[in-house]
Amino acid sequence: MTAIAPTAGTSAGGATLDVAKIREDFPILSRTVRDGKPLVYLDSGATSQRPRQVLDAERTFLETSNAAVHRGAHALAEEATDAYESARERIAAFVGADIHEVVFTKNATEAINLVAYGMSNASVGDGVDQAAERFRLGPGDEVVTTEMEHHANLVPWQELCRRTGATLRWFSVTPDGRLDLDSDEARSVINERTRVVAFTHQSNVLGTVPPVEELVRRARAVGAYTVLDACQSVPHAPVDLHALGVDFAAFSGHKMLGPSGIGVLYGRAELLEALPPFLTGGSMIELVRMEGSTYAPPPARFEAGVPMTSQAIGLGAAVDYLSAIGMDTVKAHENELTGAALVKLQDLPGVSIVGPRTTEARGGAVAFTIEGLHPHDASQVLDDSGIAVRVGHHCAWPLHRAFGVQASIRASFHVYNSMEEVDALVAGVRRAQEFFGVLPPSEPLRGGSA
Amino acid sequence: MKLDSMYQEIILDHYRNPHGRGLRDPFEAEVHHVNPTCGDEVTVRVHLTGGEGLDAKVEDLSYDALGCSISQAATSVAHDLLVGHTVGEAFETLEAYQTMVQGRGKVEPDEDVLDDAVAFAGVAAYPARVKCALLGWLAFKDAVAQAQAGGTS
Repeated sequence: MTAIAPTAGTSAGGATLDVAKIREDFPILSRTVRDGKPLVYLDSGATSQRPRQVLDAERTFLETSNAAVHRGAHALAEEATDAYESARERIAAFVGADIHEVVFTKNATEAINLVAYGMSNASVGDGVDQAAERFRLGPGDEVVTTEMEHHANLVPWQELCRRTGATLRWFSVTPDGRLDLDSDEARSVINERTRVVAFTHQSNVLGTVPPVEELVRRARAVGAYTVLDACQSVPHAPVDLHALGVDFAAFSGHKMLGPSGIGVLYGRAELLEALPPFLTGGSMIELVRMEGSTYAPPPARFEAGVPMTSQAIGLGAAVDYLSAIGMDTVKAHENELTGAALVKLQDLPGVSIVGPRTTEARGGAVAFTIEGLHPHDASQVLDDSGIAVRVGHHCAWPLHRAFGVQASIRASFHVYNSMEEVDALVAGVRRAQEFFGVLPPSEPLRGGSA
Repeated sequence: MKLDSMYQEIILDHYRNPHGRGLRDPFEAEVHHVNPTCGDEVTVRVHLTGGEGLDAKVEDLSYDALGCSISQAATSVAHDLLVGHTVGEAFETLEAYQTMVQGRGKVEPDEDVLDDAVAFAGVAAYPARVKCALLGWLAFKDAVAQAQAGGTS
């Protein structure tokens, strides 16, 4: 590791990231926890913190222009609709999509369910219409996912298979935390029966970034649709969905410095045009008669009811905030923190990384286990030191089972984290080992990297 | 330090040297409980003898557990406090224990009833850990219910 910046400043691609200055934008980061300890927030993989700019955008909107969007003709309704659609436009541009390819949902989980239920609806009875036939699934069809998925990109597909009679297949994970794409077994996972290939852009546990191009290539070769879980990539790195060539993608606002209660489904325009609706009701219709209804073009078709508005505006502000920093800079900064955390944690006796041990094709989630120490107990000591990490299976139970661990500790970073916080984590892990007396005997009890 | 009040020596002792661990015969019911947020698991068997309902005696509570120190130690303490008592007495102890660990630190534990289990009073200050402390105990309750349902049906 030669690229570790000594303190807070990170130099990346000519841009300099002043972490101390960034932190001033996040009021919550200056609070203390557990009897006056400075907060060390290393749980952005679960949810990120929000800068003043996002909070202000929401408040300003609510104080000046709040109204139900896409209804009414009064001044506020007009302003609210403009603000909502302007947010959509900026969010679309942020991920390399066209404005009509961005559907607002409650969160990424709902976005993935929207696709799964849309396909489900296309598979029921006579289907919805001719255009939706392309999404019809039934016995003999296969849906492919991977062993490293968050439950949100696994359970909806299990359920889709259960409802339609299709079969679920998956790629396994190798011991070093990569997808097994090349074993004999893996070679046949995607085949002529495959209709959907759903996979993560970055594992929320391992940090692994699978080869999207290769998976898209294999899916396209057999005419299968790709669904990308981009929850852990869009907040942390430049993402161009058109360039990636995926058919659908999902991400959440609250993991990218934005509000909770807002997520995004991206769908290629042609596919959203053909996909049946998931939730139905107001806003999403074209013509309603007692005998039946027709539906609005996307994205409105998938936004039934009065949508979340200040949240969309907040997410627009989050995208502006991240764009002003530059996603290359964000990525480079987190890459340095991740690299340092990997090196320093592996230097500790008894600590094992769950996932790739270098920063190659890997993002900023660092999961690990400590010999002789249950993650819950370790996190209690970390918490007592003011350090917030995630423990458990991180909604990726099959992945933990594949690694033969019941649970793990995960530190995850965002643009506001500093190298000092990586050091605090390492010191906290040592403290936990000392507290529970599980430091391997050859190791001196104090000193060293802490 | 709060940490010490949670991880009292009694808890760490039970964690390192659990009492009554292992699955034994005979038993009338076996249950498997998990904590879905962290993946902790416990398998509990109960062996009941004598009377019916609350009068039955808890002859044995055997278990196999994977989990943190709190859940492991709590199950070990449950074994100590519940075995040899009637189901009625065991449920009273369980209720006192549950009230204490769910009490957000506002419940004064009854040491006469709870004995070693009072050590878990500190857990009440950490809501995220209450499930850990209850895992084995609630599995016991479920196992008794199943054993008695099976016995009467």
